Amino acid sequence: MMLPPMSQSDALVLDIIQQDAPGLLGDWLAELKARGTGADHRITEAELHEQGAELLRLLGPALSSGTDVNAEPWRPVREFLERVSRSRATQGFSSTETATFVFSLKRPLFTRAQARATDAATKGEATWTITELVDRLGLYTVGAFQKSREEVIVRQQEEMLELSTPVVKLWEGVVALPMIGTLDSARTQVVMESLLQSIVETGSEIAIIDITGVPTVDTLVAQHLLKTVTAIRLMGAECIISGIRPQIAQTIVHLGIDLEGVTTKATLADALSLAFKRSGLVVTRAKAV
Amino acid sequence: MDRIPILRMGDYLLVTIQVDMHDQLALTLQDDLTTAIQRAGAKGVLIDISALEMVDSFIGRMIANISRMGRILDARTVVTGMRPAVAITLVELGLSLSGVDTALDVERGMRRLRKVLDEAGVSSADPED
Repeated sequence: MMLPPMSQSDALVLDIIQQDAPGLLGDWLAELKARGTGADHRITEAELHEQGAELLRLLGPALSSGTDVNAEPWRPVREFLERVSRSRATQGFSSTETATFVFSLKRPLFTRAQARATDAATKGEATWTITELVDRLGLYTVGAFQKSREEVIVRQQEEMLELSTPVVKLWEGVVALPMIGTLDSARTQVVMESLLQSIVETGSEIAIIDITGVPTVDTLVAQHLLKTVTAIRLMGAECIISGIRPQIAQTIVHLGIDLEGVTTKATLADALSLAFKRSGLVVTRAKAV
Repeated sequence: MDRIPILRMGDYLLVTIQVDMHDQLALTLQDDLTTAIQRAGAKGVLIDISALEMVDSFIGRMIANISRMGRILDARTVVTGMRPAVAITLVELGLSLSGVDTALDVERGMRRLRKVLDEAGVSSADPED
């Protein structure tokens, strides 16, 4: 394969990385230590050493193909940086700390380039090459870090969605759904489907939606609730909404939301006793206490 | 199939929709059912849609209309066995079918019909009498 002719400064940087890797690594780690990485023992010196050595080893062949970080020969370097970013994100490092790992390489490279360059022009060129290269790598690291953080957030949201919609059977023919957290369209959809499904499965004629854990009720939330109530009625079951706190009752009236035709109760206990009444059940004490 | 059968059980009429409804089928059912209610002097109509998997706004409205027409002809109508997906679709389409009685399954629907008619003071004559 024919490689494009390399500029003098690029060759100089490549030479530093390939010939002086151990020294460079030593200075780099010292720099990292000076900036406080590893001080709180979230990452050991041995790990840092290993990661640094790996990056320097990968940089050599990549750099000999050119300085375009997005090019194909740079793929091992990019994959390595992604891996490092992901592990940093899960270890709880900030984006600054993660980027510092790469940016700390700048000064050791500079010092070496300054010492080796023979004339001022090469010196300047090499400085520019190093700056550009390290900046690109650093930005890529931050981007990867951000991406893995977002993946974590999305996963947590999904897990929360699963956690927050348990349908419980309270009695023969009575199911309840204790709702927790803010209601949005996506959540309401999941909640509605799982509640309706469990009504079919258990053949329950009464469903109780408890909104004690819903922090705020606005027009949108009320609309979602009304939709659920209507769907339950269409299936032939009855729906009771319980756990309406005083503030929420006030909000509902102030917003002018029409809950006419919807049975509402203050607490889940009240709702259950109404459900008993509807199914003709009576709770009595076994004997006088 | 171009017709949905209407079964007579004493004072009640039983309609079970076992196929996916298309518009013409719904219109035919509306005609057939109103005629049957009038001819049989039925006091209650039970429409079972547990096999119905898909609805559009037209079918949704037809279900509501048939139920209301029954009411005008002095027959209480109960729609039974609506599937969750169908219920959600109807709600999203803005059809709440207000005024339509519903029940979870045919058995509960029958019980409901009897209860409603008893309360209304209609003596449901036993078909074997």
